Amino acid sequence: MTTPEAATAIKAKFGDLISEPTEFRGEVSLKISDAEKIADICQFAKSIGFNYLVDISSVDNYGADPRWSVVYLLRAIVNGTEIRLKTDVSEEKSELPSVVGVWRTANWHEREIYDLMGIRFRDHPDLRRILMWEGYPYHPLRKDFPLAGKPTDLPGVAFTRVTPMVGGPFVTVAGGNDSIAREPRVRIPEDEEVELNARGEARGDNQEMRGQTFGPGPIEKKLP
Amino acid sequence: MATLQNIEVGDSAARSAQAAAEFQDLQGEKMVLNMGPSHPATHGVLRIVLELDGEVITKADPDVGYLHRGDEKIAENMTYTQFIPYTDRLDYLAPLANNVAYVLAVEKLLGIEKNLPPRCQYIRVMCCELARISSHLLGLGAFAMDTGAVTVFLLTFTEREKIYDLAEAASGARLTTSYTRIGGLARDIPPTWCAQVKRFCDEFEVSLAESETLLTRNRIWVDRLRDLAVVSKEMAIDYGLSGPNLRGSGVDWDLRKNQPYLCYPDLQFDVALGSVGDCYDRYLVRMEEMRQSVRILRQCLDQIPGGWANDAHEPVCVADGKITLPPKAKVLSSMEELIHQFMLVTEGANCPPGEVYFGHENPKGELGFFIHSRGGGVPYRLKIRGPSFINLSLLGELLPGCMISDVPVVLGSLDFVMGESDR
Repeated sequence: MTTPEAATAIKAKFGDLISEPTEFRGEVSLKISDAEKIADICQFAKSIGFNYLVDISSVDNYGADPRWSVVYLLRAIVNGTEIRLKTDVSEEKSELPSVVGVWRTANWHEREIYDLMGIRFRDHPDLRRILMWEGYPYHPLRKDFPLAGKPTDLPGVAFTRVTPMVGGPFVTVAGGNDSIAREPRVRIPEDEEVELNARGEARGDNQEMRGQTFGPGPIEKKLP
Repeated sequence: MATLQNIEVGDSAARSAQAAAEFQDLQGEKMVLNMGPSHPATHGVLRIVLELDGEVITKADPDVGYLHRGDEKIAENMTYTQFIPYTDRLDYLAPLANNVAYVLAVEKLLGIEKNLPPRCQYIRVMCCELARISSHLLGLGAFAMDTGAVTVFLLTFTEREKIYDLAEAASGARLTTSYTRIGGLARDIPPTWCAQVKRFCDEFEVSLAESETLLTRNRIWVDRLRDLAVVSKEMAIDYGLSGPNLRGSGVDWDLRKNQPYLCYPDLQFDVALGSVGDCYDRYLVRMEEMRQSVRILRQCLDQIPGGWANDAHEPVCVADGKITLPPKAKVLSSMEELIHQFMLVTEGANCPPGEVYFGHENPKGELGFFIHSRGGGVPYRLKIRGPSFINLSLLGELLPGCMISDVPVVLGSLDFVMGESDR
């Protein structure tokens, strides 16, 4: 079945729900006026050969009504026929039926759209965030979300408690002495170097930490 | 004085059933294991929450997103050309192929993909095939190492190094190549490049044969891979798999053949197909794809318009001042070129409004770009279909029933990269 035949077949089945096919750069798109029917239309499209769902995208028509467009790209993997289905969803509703029951690959596509754009898919088996973390309050692909991001109440670092090793001799602290200065394992014979080593001045690269010591005390000079 | 007290015992069977339900976790029947996000076998930052019954996986929930950088959001805020370096960081094992895939999508929007100069098309195809070999080599090396065959990793990385040298000679960078431009290439290949590619092909075939003798009939390798994580034809299509994973299940679908682009129709190559759909088939498909890539490279070397040194100065960019940058010498001496340069750099190539999707046969699968344009030099919406993202969605179905020690094998056979999955 070629793409125009498929477009005609879908239009014959669903009538006024489907717009006239539009073509751009050899790609045929059908616009569906009622988003509630998208699952039925996809089911029919699968039955006439479109067994492969390439991609689901979403567009934020910010400032226009309806605000969301959801775009499905279907392919028949036998002969390579492709068709694009588009539908609009209003901002108040922000919901449309899931097509996971038609193609299981839709699962993660719909989760991604829910996560980044905030459009919900009814009857989705597992509608959780996927790329952003659970509990993140915004939908970053929306046009009113700034590129630089927004601060959230959640801490930026997932684990805020100090590890039990902090303060110990083998832990490097930001701005502190590095391990060569802290752990005088290398025996330096000269007296003053032993002193320097213990005070953390051996490297001389961190002036403000001078005088503070971390770790064990100076090496005791062995008497001959 | 003793008092009498009634004690309610109730139904003891019901109570023990309730207790069993409450303390099920404590009885040690099921265990939840977090694998990743920084586990050596997950090749990046993939986390899988596994539920185990002894050593057998009963449930797997892949958790992606640790490498999410918001590439699609970034793309909406810059011109089409400025986004090319971001494509290097999608599948960072094959940046040259990503560059080609992205500019082909923009060229489709502009309607110039058929007008590309033939030399440009051949160079792009060579870049894609080199990227395919590079990506499969890493996939193979890491796959073999996770399964216990470290030698193969050393062999494949020796060869990958040569591909990095080739990328550096062509683009100036080993990893972040950004070699393509909308309507052509950043520059022509250097005159000695083709000879270098030919030498690479000769050496690579020997090395690949050596890797193959270490693996293909190796008893341990075959025992660990065969009949593991079988993906049927129907399941592969239903889950939207693409690339070698789809072909490993026996689905005859290769965008280079089925929706040909660039000069692929002029080139002879075979599409490798699996018969069972297990890990061993996916491994065999990748091995054969590398051999076919060498075959394509050799044909390109023979047929490249302008020859190896390009003494005839065949162009590598479309001759359209509104799409590609003019030569620098002319910018400094000619009014019109100066204006074109200024407009292209500040506003980008003026694209018509419309929606296009272009799918490219990347090493990992179908890398697709959906561009929703409202005119001008900046995309209104750019959706990236990362093949690894979709291939990974299968894990929840594929892993249950496998042993815990099979997880690295299954992950290696699916050959994903998180840069592209998380975008």
